[in-house]
Amino acid sequence: MAGKTLYDKLWDDHLVKQRDDGSALIYIDRQLLHEVTSPQAFEGLRLANRKPWRIDANLATPDHNVPTTDRAKGIEGIVDPVSRIQVETLGKNCDEFGILEFKIMDQRQGIVHVIGPEQGATLPGMTIVCGDSHTSTHGAFGCLAHGIGTSEVEHVLATQCLVQQKMKNMLVKVNGQLGKGVTGKDVVLAIIGKIGTAGGTGHAIEFGGEAIQSLSMEGRMTICNMAIEAGARVGMVAVDGTTIDYVKGRPFSPTGETWDAAVKYWRTLHSDLDAEFDKIVELDGAEIMPQVSWGTSPEMVADVTGNVPDPAKEEDPIKREGIERALKYMGLQANQAITDIMLDRVFIGSCTNSRIEDLREAASVVKGRKVANSLKQAMVVPGSGLVKAQAEAEGLDQVFIDAGLEWRDPGCSMCLAMNADKLGQGEHCASTSNRNFEGRQGFGGRTHLVSPAMAAAAAIAGHFVDVRELLN
Amino acid sequence: MRAFTQHQGIVAPMDRSNVDTDMIIPKQFLKSIKRTGFGPNLFDELRYLDEGKPDQDSSQRPLNPDFVLNQPRYKGASVLLARSNFGCGSSREHAPWALDDYGFRVVIAPSFADIFYNNCFKNGLLPIVLDEKIVDQLFQEAESSEGYKLTVDLEAKTVVTPSGESFGFDVDDFRRHCLLHGLDDIGVTLEDAELIKSYEDQRRQTAPWLFGAGQ
Repeated sequence: MAGKTLYDKLWDDHLVKQRDDGSALIYIDRQLLHEVTSPQAFEGLRLANRKPWRIDANLATPDHNVPTTDRAKGIEGIVDPVSRIQVETLGKNCDEFGILEFKIMDQRQGIVHVIGPEQGATLPGMTIVCGDSHTSTHGAFGCLAHGIGTSEVEHVLATQCLVQQKMKNMLVKVNGQLGKGVTGKDVVLAIIGKIGTAGGTGHAIEFGGEAIQSLSMEGRMTICNMAIEAGARVGMVAVDGTTIDYVKGRPFSPTGETWDAAVKYWRTLHSDLDAEFDKIVELDGAEIMPQVSWGTSPEMVADVTGNVPDPAKEEDPIKREGIERALKYMGLQANQAITDIMLDRVFIGSCTNSRIEDLREAASVVKGRKVANSLKQAMVVPGSGLVKAQAEAEGLDQVFIDAGLEWRDPGCSMCLAMNADKLGQGEHCASTSNRNFEGRQGFGGRTHLVSPAMAAAAAIAGHFVDVRELLN
Repeated sequence: MRAFTQHQGIVAPMDRSNVDTDMIIPKQFLKSIKRTGFGPNLFDELRYLDEGKPDQDSSQRPLNPDFVLNQPRYKGASVLLARSNFGCGSSREHAPWALDDYGFRVVIAPSFADIFYNNCFKNGLLPIVLDEKIVDQLFQEAESSEGYKLTVDLEAKTVVTPSGESFGFDVDDFRRHCLLHGLDDIGVTLEDAELIKSYEDQRRQTAPWLFGAGQ
């Protein structure tokens, strides 16, 4: 019999009941809650007169709607009354049911997918869910983590379980070493470019290979974060010393003998050598270049040294039409050099790239340089209050400010523009976020997905440049 | 939940692949704390020429005449015919809420994104996967024949065209069972409460670190 994959192991360890009809009850160790996808779930609980099954399995924070300026005003600082009601509703629900919430004024507040790992609320081997598709981020810790809808948020609150059908196993292996200036973001964009936005549908992806193993936890989180952009709800990386070192000493992490027992178990969280995958994709890490998305889907990416594609060269009529539509929306010409795309704004932040390492990378590029005059705005939004404090302790805030970037307060911000941070119609943005869909960052806005280093380089030049030229 | 057994309705063909949930319902409408009222903003950026705002009377807004749902022949459509990877992107359940609120009961496509597919079943909306060639055929028929209707039978797992041609589809038994009977799946899960408790008790022994609260 073949060995087990990491996904098989996590599934088996959380299986409460296998039903005859093929569905299964899976136990959920941690649920993260935010203001946008939870109010209807709490309301559902109340209407059915149900109580949360296990209060201490939940952790909440407002992130999507919070402003990134004037935070000293707390909830009063939310100008949009509808946004404010949503944040207030999360607070009331958590207070009513006794759920721990890092409120807007708490230094531990931040983007759910940043604070979970930061607090050690994300531990290896856990099943983790959240009403947010980027929950796949937590798979970087060898967790089975995925986004769910609001009905399932309610289901987990009420039962601590989810009804699931087992997914297929997929391995994405990135061999060799990454070149200088090439980051986890470039790796995942290159993967999505190769397998497409539905390439992982129905699968749990495990990211492996030397290039992945060499990455920090921040880099691994960036990659797992965007598994969903390849269609896979779940992205995972096996546990190793890097994982365990990161988890140690965090507020929710175990200590003493429990820590030792946990580490012993965590060390088993990798795919067996003889495990079989339904699908395997391999990439050569050394061939991956800094990536820039040119279109309106995360699979529409190019090397920074490349060009915008020519739809006339695409044989598949549906794909050709997709490229034509994307070029029209993006206001780009076929065959245009990526480095000729002029920018209006730069956004460094989001659950994909707002951790301390991301900010360090961006700061190292802008240090001693100035943001191009042609830009309307360049902003840095740290992923949490604690990331912000750490960056300030390292003097990164001053590096950004001196270079002409805005230093903001933590939240989802311009990744999806639910708060006041958004693009104007037709504006091009170099963004370290995860989705370049039409209108994602603002009505008519044009998003280009890049790494923090590439965004920083673009802020200096006013258009895309190969960050490797600035690093030399 | 509303049960789904059979449905017959006008088909609206949306000829575009990778329709994401941002497109189905843009973020500014996610600020609502309700499950209803999203219908007027379904496909907001495609459907209207101006930028939509929450709590606005959408009946007065300029419509995009090129958008399929604005064409008089598709008025009252309740079956959405779509292309591959429909519902990709964000996990927002507001997407099926908006489709449902607009009046759709069925979405047919060659493939769906996983989270969206799952969310539909929680809301009495039936997503049906049919082979790409069949979907192509349905597109041709729906576009060439005004008032084109499909009949969907979840019990029999069939989609039947006006000419009587029948296509079978797959759906897993548990989801089908819940939808046919309009079951509250939380209630179904809680029938196994004792099993969940005993699993939990055992895990408290073998993996106590999973039960620690923060400091």
